[in-house]
Amino acid sequence: MADMVPTLSVDGLRVSFSHRNGNIEAVAGVSLQIAPAECVGLVGESGSGKTQIFMAAMGLLAGNAQVSGSVRFEGEELLAVDALALNRVRGSKLTMIFQDPMTSLTPHLRIGTQLAEVLVTHRGMPWHEARTCAGRMLERVHVPEPKRRLNQYPHELSGGMRQRVMIAMSLLCEPSLVIADEPTTALDVTIQAQIIGLLRAVRGEFGVALVLISHDLAVVAGLADRILVMYAGSVVENATAEELFRHPRHPYTAELLKCMPDINDARLARLPTMAGQPPRPGEMLEACPFAPRCPRAADRCRAERPQLEGSSTSQVACHFPLDS
Amino acid sequence: MNNILLRVRDLRVDFGAHAVLRGVNFELSAGETLSLVGESGSGKSTLARAILRLLRPAQGSVEFLGLDLLKCPPAALRAQRRGLQIVFQDPLASLDPRMTVGETIGEPLKIFEPGLNADARRRKVGDMLQRVGLSSEMSGRYPHEFSGGQCQRIGIARAMILSPRLLICDEIVSSLDVSIQGQIVNLLLDLRDAGMAVLFISHNLAVVRHLSHRVLVMYLGKLVEIAPCDALFESPVHPYTRALLAAVPHAGGAAAPQGRGGLAAPAQLAAIGELGAPGELAVPDMIASGCAFRNRCPYALPVCEADEPPLLEVAPGHWAACHRSHETLNPLSLRA
Amino acid sequence: MSPNNSQTLDWLHIAARPGMQSAHWFGTDRLGRDLFARTLAGTRVSIAIGLAASVISLLVGVSYGAIAGYIGGRTDHLMMRLIEILSGLPLIFFVIFLTVIFGRSEYLLFFAIGAVGWLTMARIVRGQTLSIRQWEFIEAAIASGAGTGRIILRHVVPNVIGPVIVYATLTVPQIILFESFLSFLGLGIQEPGASLGTLIAEGAGEMEAAPWILLVPGSFLAVLLLCLNILGDGLRDALDVKDG
Repeated sequence: MADMVPTLSVDGLRVSFSHRNGNIEAVAGVSLQIAPAECVGLVGESGSGKTQIFMAAMGLLAGNAQVSGSVRFEGEELLAVDALALNRVRGSKLTMIFQDPMTSLTPHLRIGTQLAEVLVTHRGMPWHEARTCAGRMLERVHVPEPKRRLNQYPHELSGGMRQRVMIAMSLLCEPSLVIADEPTTALDVTIQAQIIGLLRAVRGEFGVALVLISHDLAVVAGLADRILVMYAGSVVENATAEELFRHPRHPYTAELLKCMPDINDARLARLPTMAGQPPRPGEMLEACPFAPRCPRAADRCRAERPQLEGSSTSQVACHFPLDS
Repeated sequence: MNNILLRVRDLRVDFGAHAVLRGVNFELSAGETLSLVGESGSGKSTLARAILRLLRPAQGSVEFLGLDLLKCPPAALRAQRRGLQIVFQDPLASLDPRMTVGETIGEPLKIFEPGLNADARRRKVGDMLQRVGLSSEMSGRYPHEFSGGQCQRIGIARAMILSPRLLICDEIVSSLDVSIQGQIVNLLLDLRDAGMAVLFISHNLAVVRHLSHRVLVMYLGKLVEIAPCDALFESPVHPYTRALLAAVPHAGGAAAPQGRGGLAAPAQLAAIGELGAPGELAVPDMIASGCAFRNRCPYALPVCEADEPPLLEVAPGHWAACHRSHETLNPLSLRA
Repeated sequence: MSPNNSQTLDWLHIAARPGMQSAHWFGTDRLGRDLFARTLAGTRVSIAIGLAASVISLLVGVSYGAIAGYIGGRTDHLMMRLIEILSGLPLIFFVIFLTVIFGRSEYLLFFAIGAVGWLTMARIVRGQTLSIRQWEFIEAAIASGAGTGRIILRHVVPNVIGPVIVYATLTVPQIILFESFLSFLGLGIQEPGASLGTLIAEGAGEMEAAPWILLVPGSFLAVLLLCLNILGDGLRDALDVKDG
């Protein structure tokens, strides 16, 4: 296991955006690894930087972004590589599903065209064959009446169906890693359940590694082997899903779990909350970013930023983790 | 419940050829928190706007304190508005970007209490800001200087400054981070003066459970179930309600039925198909006859296609619109 | 600003070239009046006309457009049709017609130009109003009990004013050009008054013999227009930043 090349290896990644008033740091030194066929959940609220990590990997950062560190996909460096080399990888072996399928599908092209285009570009397949493959993939993601859908435009499909098309598109070239960025946030609860079920099935059938980015721990719970929790640009906890829910080690994780009301709980007088609010991007300090809201904060927390440390199965960035 | 504040009767709203609200009836009593639950296409936001006459319903009546808001002259309507307020979903969009926060919160005072001089008004605005957890010095700032959660507090301050009898909350926590949602909901609970009723519109069932006395479930423009809060969550009757509850993900611990948590196994939901896109067959044709949910319902029978089920009382205070509501149906599984 | 008066005739230097020794830096016109002084006076008149007409078209256009855009429905329909009819009318004939009835006067000029400028302004404002009408803060204001008048005045207008002011500064050059054109045709300012238009008209007549009589007011006009355009750009940036 130790000598298997990780599918994705992020090392000391820093992303900041230059702004009129200075630099805003979105990702403050993140290191993580994703093994082949592993499903990793990345959880965080707004300003946590969770999306920017993968925008950096895919080369989709905004023009005023400054990146440092390394992101290696199957051993090959992705940062600071030219567009041509990047295009060989992204869309085929490294694909991404976005939050809003309405804006990520081209509105004026038919579904069939958009799907076939992927195969034609990356595999050099002739159009006719590509469309047949596309139709087959639509079947595998359980889109009803796939042949009819190929000829439709994105606006003629419902939100859930568009997301299935996006999933199909991401799987066409047999990728090693699929990044799903808040894939169900814009969908209704019942449709969300179906899409998560689909992702689970897809993982089993295709054996791809999957990164599921979400602000909702519950959505990630059913799917991920491992969960990373991010806060204000850094990873604060990295543990297996079981461990995370049973024994959260970082105070933020524990508070987050408490804050999520469960419909099975009996009615409480007040919802549990976290005091304060997440720091605005750019408010990066020498201290632990969670200290202002942490019920266990001590002087050391306000002076020194904790690093991520621990075993291979469980890491936490806290001076006073919960198991101590 | 004694004191009926709001009575909605047979409300219908059409957007062109598309019927968004297809006959909604319910009552809201003073001091009650009534939640309205549904997904996209259910018409719940349209219902909120129809009650406030922000759009024109095709038919129906909305009686607030005895006065039909839909039929009264504009001046009378405006007079009633002080008792009936709303907080919107998008915190930033609901605040005028060109007005300071103090001016926004003070505007209802200017409209309904013109006799108040500027100092008195300023004091009231400052007090309100403090009540919602902000500081009165913030009244000179502009909305874009605040975070989402803070903007939502400002929206609540504006709605509450005239002490309304009924507050409509349209998805007020949906666009906020989880850690902030609880703060806003608790704020609402704190501000809920004796006698103030709340119509809480949300698709977040967990929050609804903690907040409501009664729950209304909507599907494609109609009410499919009405029940006291605990009854709805513990013994839902309508198949759509059951599907909705089964689909909610939870980060449960050992007590969770699926063990680790997460969602109901996919097999249980495989029977639930998908709503087509608006304009496609599914929506207008599906509601042409019978029950709107029959195409997705795992318990559908031929009668469901022929007759639209009426809303019937299945237990005291518990109403459901389903032909099979008197049966004990199996827990949601493949085609029952 | 100039040592010379714009009206004094300097008999010694009729149609004199620009030069330092004659104390007429930009030369004189065919009646011996100092060109620099005249051009300055003319510029002042042109700016005054431009601003006044702009303000008129702003006031009328903003009210018309905001009302049409906010109320919508049949009212909007009718109001827009009216604008279309008015835009179809030939501008010049309208001004000539007014001049014939009311005689030549500066105030007539303001009115005539402003009366035409508001059409596009109204269209722009209506478009802007339509787009912000969807915003929730307008709904919130209605729900708070605000009447139509209050909403238009306090909520719609401040939020559409940004692009409108920018457009207004950009129309001032157009208005000045139009006024110059009218004066050139003999319909606007007349002797002994001066505007950039009349000066250019004069200069055109003397082009071969004394080109500076044309060049001086001409270049003043060009520089003025350029400055107004830059001002418009700057205003747009300044207002946008506050929005962003």
